[in-house]
Amino acid sequence: MEHLIPYIAIGMILVFAAGFAVVNSLLGTLIGPTKDNPAKRLAYESGMVPTGEANVRIPIKFYMVGLLFLIFDIETIFLLAWAVVFKGNQIDFASGNVGFTQTQFQHYGFFAMAVFIGVLMLAEIYAWKKGGFEWS
Amino acid sequence: MKLIDWLLSDPTLVYLTIPLVKVAIIFVVLVGSVPVLVLFERKLIGFIQQRPGPNRVGPWGILQTLVDGIKLLLKEDFIPPGAVKPIFILAPLLALVPAMLSVTIIPWGPPIQVTIDGIAHTISLGLADGISVGILFYFAATSIGVYGIVLAGWSSNNKYSLLGGIRSTAQLISYELALSLGLVGVLLLVGSFEINALVDSQAGGFWNWNVVKQPMGFLMFLVAGFGETNRLPFDLPEGESELGAGFHTEYSSMRFAMFFMAEYMNIFTFSAVISTLFLGGFHGPIDPALLGIEVNQWIAAAFGVFWLGGKIIALFFLFVWIRATFPRLRYDQMMNLSWKVFFPLGVVNIMLTAGIVAFAPDQPAVQTGALFVAGIAQIVGLDAIANAAKRRALGHVS
Repeated sequence: MEHLIPYIAIGMILVFAAGFAVVNSLLGTLIGPTKDNPAKRLAYESGMVPTGEANVRIPIKFYMVGLLFLIFDIETIFLLAWAVVFKGNQIDFASGNVGFTQTQFQHYGFFAMAVFIGVLMLAEIYAWKKGGFEWS
Repeated sequence: MKLIDWLLSDPTLVYLTIPLVKVAIIFVVLVGSVPVLVLFERKLIGFIQQRPGPNRVGPWGILQTLVDGIKLLLKEDFIPPGAVKPIFILAPLLALVPAMLSVTIIPWGPPIQVTIDGIAHTISLGLADGISVGILFYFAATSIGVYGIVLAGWSSNNKYSLLGGIRSTAQLISYELALSLGLVGVLLLVGSFEINALVDSQAGGFWNWNVVKQPMGFLMFLVAGFGETNRLPFDLPEGESELGAGFHTEYSSMRFAMFFMAEYMNIFTFSAVISTLFLGGFHGPIDPALLGIEVNQWIAAAFGVFWLGGKIIALFFLFVWIRATFPRLRYDQMMNLSWKVFFPLGVVNIMLTAGIVAFAPDQPAVQTGALFVAGIAQIVGLDAIANAAKRRALGHVS
């Protein structure tokens, strides 16, 4: 039960925040005036009459960067998980059941990650040389 | 008093009453901090630009933001006819609610022991600082906030808004990497996601703070944070000199105010998070125990709030100072900065940190010294590379 209390608290502030946001949205509608006129209905384009629709196809120049982000962001999630266990604080080395010392554990973790990061950097350099970060 | 007696009568109800009181306090502080921060920012920018800033409403203009809020409340709440109505209404909620959630992980001081009706309770000075995912909750909550901005831009049926939304996406894929790579260095040193573990590891004095052990990580996290909070030099989604008002061009009345509040709450939370991760959290520069002073738990808690609050104000000062002095980056420049500078450098920083933790002698002083030297060396190297690139670019022009 005790460890659930923070989550209850998060739930409480979620209710508070959602209530606050909804009340804010409604207050503007309830208190503010509603005066319609044709000019107000136009989309804002620096005072000019809008040209065409806003729902047009827009070239996304950073499409390739977006794809690379999906890949590399997942790699950083692996990094986070590795970083937390790297020191071996969670393992009871003193008990003697582990089979290796804390220092050995850290050396192993370092070299294992060095290989992973090496491959990751190869990918980064490849993407860079291929022009993956340039605007297409 | 009947109500309080009833709430305290049952042990299980006490478990609910304590968080409820904390939620109320956090809520009031968060909502109350927005007008104060806005006034502080406007006054400070006025000072930097050698003009008075707001000075008409109330002494020293202190009522200005309050009056602005009332003005927004009395304005028409207008939804453009071409807008996608459900998403247009939902977007400000998606921006504001996560902004209020993410502050809950911050502990404001050491826990307090109290006895209610003979049962001892340990009250932490934070709402959800005990959750095991800790800092990941902050990342999760703020990532949802980005949806608010992107959807607001998309649903407005306005070209400026759409461009603002697209830029927000471009910004997200730029700063996220630097943000998590900056964090990895700290996680390597502490070995836990839990906020309390992160803060406790920095107790004792300022030489234990993570900014000393991770100068490069701190720098990356700070720069990425400016992108995360949409502040200059990375306020691309808003870009008021290029895009009207960017993603919230078509928003008015309280819906606009919600985006506005969300932005300042995000700055508040980000300042608190970076203080907690890198600047010792609620710990002061020197632990009173080292000076031979014993403090009782209430004074320790008061000092915790004092130090963390002071750090938040100092960081907010930095935010405003940079806003007043830096030009805005183009968004391909920001992508280049993130992908070609911070990503390789972040990886180097992680391997250096891991190498020092694994191979340097296991003494705190040696490790701290080595980490400090490695971090400063990286910053000096970065500066040298940047200067060389600048010279090359200038030579190319002339």
